[in-house]
Amino acid sequence: MDIWFLIEITLAGLAGGGLYALAALAFVIVYKATRVVNLAIGEMLMIGAYTFFGLSTGLSWPVWLAIPGAVIASALIGGLIERIAIRPMLGEPPISVFMVTVGLSSILVGVVELAWGADTHRLIEFMPRDPIVLGEAFIAPKVFYGFLTALALTLAVLLLFRFWRGGVALRATASDQGAAYAMGIAVPRVFSLSWVAGAAIAAVAGIVVGSIGGLSPTMGIFGLSVLVVVIVGGLDSIAGALVGGLLIGVVEALAGGYLGGEYKLLTTFVVLVVVLMVRPYGLFGTRDIERL
Amino acid sequence: MRIGTAKQTYAADQALFDSVTQRAWVGVLVLALIAFPFVADGYWLYLACLVAINIASATGLNILTGYTGLVSLGQAAFMGIGAYTVAVLEQRLGTPAILNLLIGGTVAMLGGVLVGIPSLRVKGLYLAIATIAASFIVHFLFANLGVTGGTSGLSVPPAKIFGLALDTSFRIYWLVVPVTALMLLGAANLFRTRIGRAFIAIRDRDISAEVLGIPLLRYKLLSFALSSFYAGVAGGLWAYFFRVVTPESFPLQMSIFFLAAIIVGGMGTILGAILGATFMTMVPEFLKLVVGWTSLGADSLQLVAPIRIIVFGVLIVGFLVFEPHGLAEMWRRVRRFFHLWPFKH
Repeated sequence: MDIWFLIEITLAGLAGGGLYALAALAFVIVYKATRVVNLAIGEMLMIGAYTFFGLSTGLSWPVWLAIPGAVIASALIGGLIERIAIRPMLGEPPISVFMVTVGLSSILVGVVELAWGADTHRLIEFMPRDPIVLGEAFIAPKVFYGFLTALALTLAVLLLFRFWRGGVALRATASDQGAAYAMGIAVPRVFSLSWVAGAAIAAVAGIVVGSIGGLSPTMGIFGLSVLVVVIVGGLDSIAGALVGGLLIGVVEALAGGYLGGEYKLLTTFVVLVVVLMVRPYGLFGTRDIERL
Repeated sequence: MRIGTAKQTYAADQALFDSVTQRAWVGVLVLALIAFPFVADGYWLYLACLVAINIASATGLNILTGYTGLVSLGQAAFMGIGAYTVAVLEQRLGTPAILNLLIGGTVAMLGGVLVGIPSLRVKGLYLAIATIAASFIVHFLFANLGVTGGTSGLSVPPAKIFGLALDTSFRIYWLVVPVTALMLLGAANLFRTRIGRAFIAIRDRDISAEVLGIPLLRYKLLSFALSSFYAGVAGGLWAYFFRVVTPESFPLQMSIFFLAAIIVGGMGTILGAILGATFMTMVPEFLKLVVGWTSLGADSLQLVAPIRIIVFGVLIVGFLVFEPHGLAEMWRRVRRFFHLWPFKH
């Protein structure tokens, strides 16, 4: 076994894991605030990537305009989804809301397929192309810059959560809805905010994922790994999303490097089963205590 | 409540078909199902078999999701396990079709228990996510195991009943529809027993159910096992019907289809799974017709696939938001009108 090969794979895994962490962050924000298990997370990534594709290739906007454009458009779509499909389900059992997101993912896939066809597309190249070399390990530039983007955005989100009014409102709602209401926080608006923020983050993740792996209506598969990440990390834990993302990224990369590409998803799901057996609430998740 | 059906005994009150009118209608339905193959053409027979298979599988999912309140997105994968089991048995051993179906169901059931044990220990939607994982693992196994013929899959010899090969839609109808009817009867009766009522209790309030002495894990597992058994048998029927199984035959989309079917039909009613599966199976055919009429040119058939996906999603969301009890509830309202006629209430 070549040690540099191991390092190279681990670094690639960490970088890929950064994207998982970012997407998981989008999931956790929505879950924390609204307790909605969003199965459509992969499709929200996809919508972001396709909007970027439509703006940059279809309308030939410059990249510096197309990226914010796509993020804003996705955020609007996220808000729209919340208003149309999630808000009416307020107070319904979590299973119903979950199934609404299943329906949503189906709608989003159909819309993308209708608008752009079922074929794969390539995003325009917008990242620097010089390979990154650390010692003897080589990292694909897209993966490296993708990781930097993920890192920067994650930090920004964490800071916003800590200091911004809206972020504080979001955390307050997450910890106690009733108390948040009593303190004058407009909880329904926090719900909207969480979906808007989640969709915007998902869009950035989607653009990076799309520029690495190409676009297709089956991109939503990425969302399945994200679901595993959030379960491993704990559904309502931001730290869990970050650690879980990196962990799953490395595990997937190692499986792909040593066993073969088709073992990637398999290994991820095996990890999921093991975590469910050993620590069903995830590494950092809060264990639900039910009061009657 | 139907007018003019006073019950004298508990047995009469709890009967599955509790009035003369109802029994008459069931008789009519049975006769219609027997007469159907003799009057319908190949296309309608094909659709009827497909509908019956989907009803069987949707009923299984309804036991789990509608009655026990646990969501599974692995119904297609368990159908796949059943289908592959039947295919291998029929191809290698040539055992009788009915036995194959039972074994297919049992193997799917064991698979279900295997998935259920880790995910049913915790509350919430873990089962849904674990079943997604399971369907990918199962897909991987189908594509990579030696027995399953890799990505090209297996071709299935026609089922044989008393030496007669069921190789046309007309012939397979006589296997598919009775088996489905039996499964439906089984499911309907299940909810008149302790086990079925325990499922409903778990759905309504799991803590209360546990206080009442229902071991949660055991009954959740049982429900999941039954549901997988139904899926396995339906998958076996599927294998006999299409006569070829590949790893791509049972995608995640298909699991979503069954979930959509019971949501649209009405969760937690036997009728719901029947109506929902029928409706959802007919929707694509109907869409093909509509797209054909609009005559958008040669491309129009390419539009059917994405439109179908969108319509599925819209139906799921729409029914959940506007009519959570589904088609079965609409049907009940219509029936109620006639039962009470000429009175309003």
